[in-house]
This record gives sequence, structure tokens and C-alpha cells, in this order.
Amino acid sequence: MQTEVVTTKSEGAVPGNGLDRENYINAKHGIWSWLLTTDHKRIAILYLITITLMFFLGGAFAAGVRLELMTPKGDLVDSDAYNKLFTMHGIVMVFFFLIPSIPAVLGNFLIPIMIGAKDLAFPKINLLSWYIYMAGAAFFMVATLFGGVETGWTFYTPYSTAFSHTNVILAAVGIFISGFSSILTGLNFIVTIHKMRAPGLTWFRMPLFVWAHYATSLIQILGTPVVAVTILMVAVERLLKLGLFDPALGGDPILFQHLFWFYSHPAVYIMILPGMGVMSELITAFTRKRVFGYEFIAISSLAIAVVGFLVWGHHMFVSGQSTYAGMVFSALSFLVAIPSAVKVFNWSATLYKGSVSWESPMMYAIGFIGLFTIGGLTGLFLAAMGLDIHMHDTYFVVAHFHYIMVGGAIFAYLGGIHFWWPKITGRMYPEYWARVAAVLVFAGFNLTFFPQFVVGYLGMPRRYHAYPDEFQVLNVMSTAGASLLGIAYLIPMLYLTWSLFAGKKAPANPWGAKGLEWTIQSPPTTFNFDHQPVVTEEAYAYAESHDTSHDPAAPPAQAHA
Amino acid sequence: MWSFPLFPDQASTLASKVDALYFFLIAISIFFSILIAVLVVGLAIKYRRRSDDEKPPAIHGSLLLELTWTLIPAGIVLVIFVWSAEVYFSAVRVPKNAIEVQAVGKRWMWKIQHMTGKREINELHVPVGVPVKVTLTSEDVIHSFFIPAFRVKKDAVPGRYNTMWFEATKTGKYHLFCAEYCGTKHSGMIGTVYVMEPDAYQAWLGGEQAGASLAGAGEKLFTDLACITCHRGDSGARGPDLAGLFGKPVKLASGETVTADETYLRESIVQPAAKIVEGYQPIMPTFQGLLSEEQLLQLVAYIQGMKAEVKDEAAAPAAGAAAPSTGAR
Ligand code: HEC
Ligand code: HEM
Ligand SMILES: [Cu+2]
Ligand SMILES: [Cu+2]
Repeated sequence: MQTEVVTTKSEGAVPGNGLDRENYINAKHGIWSWLLTTDHKRIAILYLITITLMFFLGGAFAAGVRLELMTPKGDLVDSDAYNKLFTMHGIVMVFFFLIPSIPAVLGNFLIPIMIGAKDLAFPKINLLSWYIYMAGAAFFMVATLFGGVETGWTFYTPYSTAFSHTNVILAAVGIFISGFSSILTGLNFIVTIHKMRAPGLTWFRMPLFVWAHYATSLIQILGTPVVAVTILMVAVERLLKLGLFDPALGGDPILFQHLFWFYSHPAVYIMILPGMGVMSELITAFTRKRVFGYEFIAISSLAIAVVGFLVWGHHMFVSGQSTYAGMVFSALSFLVAIPSAVKVFNWSATLYKGSVSWESPMMYAIGFIGLFTIGGLTGLFLAAMGLDIHMHDTYFVVAHFHYIMVGGAIFAYLGGIHFWWPKITGRMYPEYWARVAAVLVFAGFNLTFFPQFVVGYLGMPRRYHAYPDEFQVLNVMSTAGASLLGIAYLIPMLYLTWSLFAGKKAPANPWGAKGLEWTIQSPPTTFNFDHQPVVTEEAYAYAESHDTSHDPAAPPAQAHA
Repeated sequence: MWSFPLFPDQASTLASKVDALYFFLIAISIFFSILIAVLVVGLAIKYRRRSDDEKPPAIHGSLLLELTWTLIPAGIVLVIFVWSAEVYFSAVRVPKNAIEVQAVGKRWMWKIQHMTGKREINELHVPVGVPVKVTLTSEDVIHSFFIPAFRVKKDAVPGRYNTMWFEATKTGKYHLFCAEYCGTKHSGMIGTVYVMEPDAYQAWLGGEQAGASLAGAGEKLFTDLACITCHRGDSGARGPDLAGLFGKPVKLASGETVTADETYLRESIVQPAAKIVEGYQPIMPTFQGLLSEEQLLQLVAYIQGMKAEVKDEAAAPAAGAAAPSTGAR
């Protein structure tokens, strides 16, 4: 480990930069060296490219939706086309972007390094996960090319099984297949975290990013099979007219909702927990401080994962579910909000007496705290049964989950991408543009989604192609915000791509951050570490160590060869 | 067009209750959002990095603080929970004196029947100051009956009956939306609720030559479809006596006991084989596909009103409300 020098802001040869040495990128050449790689870092890059494409595809669908909603009349596209737009936006963003995003890109890249391992426990299965994801995406793309699907991402029965004339089966099979990718990734993470931690890396010394992924993986393994089978049941009922969900055939449409939300509520935590993990890394790195209440943040991830499985009925308060079932689901939903609040308070408290730097990843982190807080608080509105009667299936719900999934998860994802970009690519991006983009994303986001709370409470139902005139002003605001947001998302695309060719070379530890990943060269070698690292301290031990930021000779604090 | 409201009309007894809770939650949200924003931005500015050699202290945490910010939110959500449950119960518990309306969702319209037999489409006329109970079902997919000004919403689910109620407090015209996505013209499945003075409402109700009352129509069906041959009500009948059945527990051949609510009555007609009454043979023919949802509702209304002994009496409009199961099944 002594060979890998830690430093920051150095001039000249950039110690710790591996671009001119052997690294995982230049270790092998040719397209097959990528498509058949078992290196977790290269697989992360494969995911990065594919989910970025998916993100912009989903974004294009969203643009269509927002443009249509500028005017009360359904005048831009016809109703069926509009219904396809919001359905495919939802499916792409949830199943093909957000669920894989942080785990499959950042988790894949970082978990082995953070725990001092050479790779994941099952490198070949890791590659298989990507191919399965691609196969699922391919099915979905075929469904899109043959005219798309318009059931809503929720596939409610009996609409999806007996009435929709679109490519429900193809899309369902695509989602079914991609679910296995998620299951296998979760399995891989769990085994890796259990079995491959470096000597000295006890559970409570692990970075919180790893804890969050552990909790996420549990949900992925336990929940995903349920939704996979449920979606498959929809396909089977369509094909064979089995009476599972269609009351005309003796089935129960509400059963579908139970099965669907049994997975899909926990799935919202698959989307946000990894983001919370990223947050803990960002906050500590940019305050150079141990996280406040480490154990509470770690355990709250598990609490969320477990209790998150017991609240699905809050999506069904007006379905005719029994009043008493509704009360239990409501109470548990309030309960699950508490660990989220605990995290927010702990992150905030970490800033106290810190050395806070406002670099772009930290700007995303600060944005996350604000937006996630609003998303979580509005979750309380919806968990309150008496209020949810009015708010259910209105734009209020749409705003709520976008505050969490876009304001929370995507902010964390972007913050994480910026934070680890130097490690992943060996290059720095232009900080000025990164800050501009972060501010624009924040502004565009709020302008897009805040008006939707208001229009939702006014009573505008979601999934409406046309709407009464009095809702127009708020919808125009929302569309204006979406345009800004769309541009703001393109800026990082441009400068990050640019940085690959012309960015400054990154040192091993550009931020002066703690964690094993910052002790190795950027970009890392194929096997990450030259020697097995040994961990002698807890995570985020900024105060305990020698000055890591300015003494290039200082040994990496967490790792001693 | 360029002026717009921030809050919806308050036009039902429920609306002010829901709004009170809403404002309470907004107050809490503003408080915590500002608290967190001031905390985070304030601390991030106060402790901004001034030199690269800064050495922040290692603060590990504090059990006291953790308990504080676990227990205070827990207390707050407990208050919200109790309050919201209270609002919810007032939203689902139908008052005894409610008049009844039936609504059937069908892509893409709402078909409404009043107890007098009067029908309308995508319009609902109700009197002000009188509780109205709506029994909902659907002919095809799931729809949702949503009147924002009343703060009420309930899904119309095919194959079962859901109920909701409201009491309008202000005359006027209000939006009726379908809130559950149901296909192409989901956003066109909208209508208008007219809240009228009771006199005007009575005039409207009687103004047109209404056919037979709902229960009356149900009684006619009961005879025409020969239900009466098996359900004669005497000891020799091949089917059980239906008088006084509504709301009572029924023992099934499987050993289970179920309550004879609206959904059960409907299922007994459409899928008699699904639940066989103890002591009877499964000989009742299925009427699936032979009856429209409106006709089924008429039959159900008739059976609901059948009193023990005096069988022939047609149900009075409000009688059906005697033991409704408040949608809480
Ligand atoms: C061939 C005789 C027959 C005819 C005709 C018939 N039923 Fe039935 N019905 C039965 C029998 C036998 C049962 C009890 C066994 C069962 O549950 O299926 C029954 C049960 C019922 C029940 C449930 C009663 C309970 O006590 O729970 C209802 C409600 C009902 N029928 C309504 C109707 C209606 C409405 C019609 C006309 C549209 C009809 N039946 C026509 C024979 C008949
Ligand atoms: C903080 C605790 C949270 C609570 C109490 C909460 C509560 C709720 C409730 C009650 C609903 C149903 C609203 C309705 O349909 O009427 C809902 C919807 C939703 N929530 Fe949350 N939520 C919370 C956090 C989250 C998180 C963390 C995410 C995602 C990352 C999320 C994503 C969603 C989504 C996607 C929906 C809508 C699904 C749909 O109908 O399409 N929520 N939330
Ligand atoms: Cu949920
Ligand atoms: Cu609809």
C-alpha cells in the first residue's frame, strides 16, 4: 500500500493518477474485452452507459407528457399516445433507470473497493446480471417499437389483462427478466459483504454506503421475486384467460394491487436507500468529519428495509380495503418515516463544527437533504388516511414521489457520479460548470414539481391527458420547470464527456476523503489493491489520522500493508 | 384563465375536516423544512472550509439527541395518525338517514341511478344538507369516483360494491372526476355534480316521468327471471328465503360464515357456485352476462329491502341505508 500515494491538489506529475500506468481501463483492449469482462469496474461502466441511455429515453417521454400538459385540451398528441408516453416514462425510469442506477453503477464499482476486495464474490454472475438487464431492456424496446404500452407503470388489472390492446406481454416479460438482474446483483452484494471484507473491517467499521447497499440487496432478493411472478401472472392471464385478476373470469382485481405493492413499495426503498448511502459518503467527505450517529444511520437502513415490507396497503386506502387494515397500514407508514427523519437529522448534525466545502457533489448533497425532507413530509400527508382519500391518484402523489425519487435518488446519484468521477475515470471535471448545473437542476426541479402539490390538492387527477382550464397556470409553470430541468441534465452529460478527453488528471484522493477507494490510484488497477489492505480504524476517521490532505508521504489512514 | 385558486372549494361537511388536517400538516412541514434548511445551510456556511488544514473534531454522536429526534417525530406522527384516523372514520361511516344513489363506471362514463328510478349520465344531482350514500361498481375496469370539492373518492371496482358518502353544504356545480386510470378517455370520464336546494332537488327528481323505483324494478326482475320460483320464502322452496337476509351472517356449506352485504348478494346472483348456503344444493343457475350492472343493483336494492314476513313491500328510498356496511369490508 505504501506505493499508492495519497495526495490532493498536486501539480505536475499528479501522484496517484493511474492513466499513464496500467489501470482497469487500459489493461485490455477491444470491444470484447468489455463485453466479456468480469471486472466489477468495467461492468459498472457498461451499466453506466446503458442506464444513461435509458435515462434520456425516459426523459424524452417525460418531455412529451409535459408539453402536452401545457394546454388544457389534449391537442399535441391523441389520448392513446399520451397514455403511452406516461406509461413508458414510468416503466423506463423505475425499472430500467432508477432501480439499477446507484447499485449497479456506483455499488458495483465501489463495494469491492470499499471493503478491500478484488472483485465481487461472483464476477461472472455480475456480468450475467448485466446481460439479463439488457435482455429485459431489449424486450421492452421491442414493445416500444411495436407501438408501446399504455397500462401505467402499475399495470392495474383488469385493465392490463383484459382491456389494453397494447404490448403488455412484451413489456411485462421485459420487466420480469430485468427483475432477475436485480435479484442477482443483490445476491452478489450480500455474499460479497459477508464474505470478502478486508481483515479488520468489522460490520460497524464499514462505510455507510455499504450498509445501505446491504439493506437494499435484502429488499431486492426478498421482494423482486414477488413482482416478477405478479407481472408474469398478468401476462399469463392475458394469454390464457386464466381467472386470476379479472372478475369476469372469477378473479380478484384487488389481489393484483396487493401483490404489486407488496413489492413496489419496498421497491421505492430500493431506489432511495442507495442514495442515502451516497449521502453519508458525501456529507462526511465534504465536512472532513466522522458522520454523526453512525450506528443509527446504519441500523435505520435495515429498519426501513424491514418495515418497508409492511406498508403496501397505503396505496389502497380507497380501493375498498377494510377500514382496520387501512389503519394498520397507515400506522406502519408513519413508523417507516421515522428512520428516514433520523437520517436527515444525523446528516445535518454532521455539518456541525465540520470543515464544509461547497464543491459540486456537496451541493447535490445539500439539495438532497432539502428535497428529501419535503418528499418525506408529504409522504406523511399521504399516509394520513383521511387526507389520502382526497389526494390519492392526484398530482399530489406525483409530486411526492418525484421529490423523493428525483429530488432524492437522482440528486444522490448525480452527487455520487461527480464525487467518484475522478476515481472512475482518472479525470477531473470542470467544477464551475458542475456548480452551474447543480443550481439549475435544483431550480428546474422545484419549478417542475412544487406546483404539482398545489394542483394535486386542487383535485387534478394524475394520468389526465386533458384537464379543466383552472389548472392551466400551475401546469404551465411545471412545464417551464421541466424544460429548465431537461437542459440542466444535459450540461453534466457534456462536460463529463468532455472531461474524459481533456479533463485535468485526477490524483488518488482529490477531495482529501477517507475510505479505501481513495487510497488507490485513479483509475484503479484491475485488482484494485496491490496488497491486501488491513483496516485498523472505523469509517470516516478524519480526526484520528495524520493530515491526509497535505502530506503526500502520510500512509493511507485506513489501510496498512 | 390566468387567475387560479390555491385551494379547492369547500362544499361538504367533510371538506373542512380534511382541510384542517391538511393545514396542520402544512404547518408541520413548513416548520421542519425551515428548521432543516436553516440548520443545513446555516451550518454549511458557518463552518465553511476556510483553509485546507482544518481539523474538525471527531464527534461520534449523542444518544440524547438521537432519542430526541426519534421521539419527537414519533409523537408528532402519532398525533397525525389519530387525527387522520378520526377524519377517515367520519368519511367512511355512513349516517343512517342517508339517501342512496348508485353509480356504475363504464369506460368512459358514469351512469347514475337514483332510488326513484331516475337516471342520469355524467351528472349527479343531490340536495344540499342531506347525506348521500353512493354505491359504486364498474362494468369493466377499475374507476374511481372523485369529487374534489367534497374531498371524497372511492374506487369503482368490477365485481364488488364499494360505498362512500358525503353531505353537500353549498349549492353549486362541482367537478366529478374519474381518478383511476381506465384507458383512452380516462381524462374524459368527467362529469358535474349539481348541489341543489332540497325543493329544487325534489322538483328535479319528480319533474320527469320516472319509471319504477329501483327496488320496484328489482322486484319486477325477481319475478321475470323466475327467482321467485326457488326463493318463494316457504318451507318447501328449493332456495333459501331472502327476506331479512341483508346484513345477517350466512352459514356456508364450507363451514365459513359470511355477512350478507351488497357484494355478497351480487356474487350470489352472478356466481352462485362461489359460496353455497349450508343445507342447499348448488342448483341455482348463474346469471352472469344476463344482467347489466344496473339491473344487478336493482335486484340487490330489492333484496336489501325485503323484510322478513312482509315480503312484497318495495323498499322505501332510504330503507336500504338501514344497515349498510360503510364500505368497510
Ligand atoms: C333453480 C332455483 C333458483 C333460482 C331460479 C334462483 N336461485 Fe338463488 N339460490 C338458489 C339456491 C338453491 C340457493 C342456495 C345455494 C347457493 O348459495 O347457491 C340460492 C341462493 C341465493 C342467494 C344467497 C342466499 C343466502 O341465503 O345467502 C341469493 C341472494 C339468491 N339466490 C338470489 C337469487 C336471485 C336474485 C335469483 C334470480 C335472478 C335467483 N336467486 C334465482 C336457487 C335458485
Ligand atoms: C418517508 C416515508 C414515506 C411515506 C410515509 C410515504 C407514503 C406514501 C403513500 C401513502 C403513498 C400512496 C399515495 C397514494 O397513492 O394515494 C405514496 C406513494 C408513492 N411513494 Fe411514498 N412515502 C414515503 C417515502 C417514499 C420513498 C422513499 C419513495 C421512493 C423513493 C416513495 C415513492 C413513492 C411512489 C413511487 C409512490 C406512488 C406510486 C404510484 O402510485 O405510482 N415514497 N407514498
Ligand atoms: Cu408506498
Ligand atoms: Cu378513469
